[in-house]
Amino acid sequence: MYGNAYIDPNEKAAGILAGEDMQKLAEFEARIARGEKIEPKDWMPKEYRKQLIRMIEQHAHSEIIGALPEGTWITRAPGFKRKLALMAKVQDEVGHGQLLYSAAETLGKSREAMINDLITGKSKYSNVFNYPAFTWADACVIAWLIDAGAIINQVANAKGSYGPYCRALDRICTEESFHLKYGHDNVVTLATGTPVQRKMVQEALNRWWPPIMHFFGPSDKISNHTEILMRWKVKMATNDDMRQQFLNMYVPKIWDLGLTVPDAKLSKNEETGKWEYTEPDWDEFKRVINGDGPCNAERLAVRRNAEERGRWVREALNTSESKYMVPFA
Amino acid sequence: MIKSLDPRVTRAEIELDNAIEPLKEMDQWETFEVFHQKRRGDQHMHVGIVHAPNAEMAILFAKEQYGRRGLSVNIWVVKTRDVFTTDYDDSDIFETVPEKQYREAGGYKVMDKINKYKKSVKA
Ligand SMILES: [Fe+2]
Ligand SMILES: [Fe+2]
Repeated sequence: MYGNAYIDPNEKAAGILAGEDMQKLAEFEARIARGEKIEPKDWMPKEYRKQLIRMIEQHAHSEIIGALPEGTWITRAPGFKRKLALMAKVQDEVGHGQLLYSAAETLGKSREAMINDLITGKSKYSNVFNYPAFTWADACVIAWLIDAGAIINQVANAKGSYGPYCRALDRICTEESFHLKYGHDNVVTLATGTPVQRKMVQEALNRWWPPIMHFFGPSDKISNHTEILMRWKVKMATNDDMRQQFLNMYVPKIWDLGLTVPDAKLSKNEETGKWEYTEPDWDEFKRVINGDGPCNAERLAVRRNAEERGRWVREALNTSESKYMVPFA
Repeated sequence: MIKSLDPRVTRAEIELDNAIEPLKEMDQWETFEVFHQKRRGDQHMHVGIVHAPNAEMAILFAKEQYGRRGLSVNIWVVKTRDVFTTDYDDSDIFETVPEKQYREAGGYKVMDKINKYKKSVKA
């Protein structure tokens, strides 16, 4: 997982560039237009820094929190090989969190500050992880389809303009291809298995479909703000474009397995080439992202617990001569 | 106490309302730059950073973070604050003369002269 930071569509575009040095801004934009990357110590507009920190940080939190619903199933995965594979996947996700925190740090926000903002609920993470993984099949659907969504997002962002984020994403995308194959393999096993297994995977898909449709976020208002972020290659595709890409790649694969998608309206309009679907419930999305989902409180309590119970170990290891310096790449 | 779908969470006996002191500066230690060698004979490549309290732990974390799949034979770590760097703003220090063919193998072409000489000797 799992980027696609939640950018407030109501944020005013006016004032974004207020107080910026116009000459430096022009050089900065020309560099991006030439396809060059921005590195940590380069001059950058305040809004660029702010949005990237927000986006990379949310992405990092999503990786860490995303490890919780999947980690639930490590001890109960069917068979030794699947336990090993799930353990490897969950470790990758936590590793992605580390890589992303590092990338965000280069912009000047410390890892401690990011963790504090996560555990107090100030920072967001991907909304899908506020839902529980009821059965083994839920873990399989997450590994296949949530990771599929994440890959679409991450492959797009890997072509963005900020060097450290791109480097982290390149590494992450390589590992994600294993997650996707692993998840698909699990879903195929259930879908081609006994009637009970088929029923189990269909029910999991029904549960996860609404969160999957929420995954890319509400339609972007094409505002001045989004335009600037796209010009700066912070935002690489609109939420709707990514959702279309996802539907186009994965709905046929779901149907291939004889599974159904719980949306009677879902179909591809052959004329426009676009998928039509029932508009996701965005009120529910907002309610859950603001804390009122089935698992929000538990996720953060578990995270706080981990920080608190590990604190004495971290403190014992700390040496008085340590000194922090912002990493430069 | 949380009664979770996740048996590990239930076993850990966690209060839902468990506000904690914020992490202090340096809680997550300083950073080390990691250099990774895939196979003997390759150059070590810079792959990223790890946070660690000391070099030994940095090696341990680097092995988990950058060497958990694919090939690895060796890792170096060095404190970020011990690395000296140039500034991108100073990248003009790498500009010397625009034409550097005299430093390249391709800048030295002799066959034309040899062929011309051979022809002249034959004639
Ligand atoms: Fe990930
Ligand atoms: Fe993943």
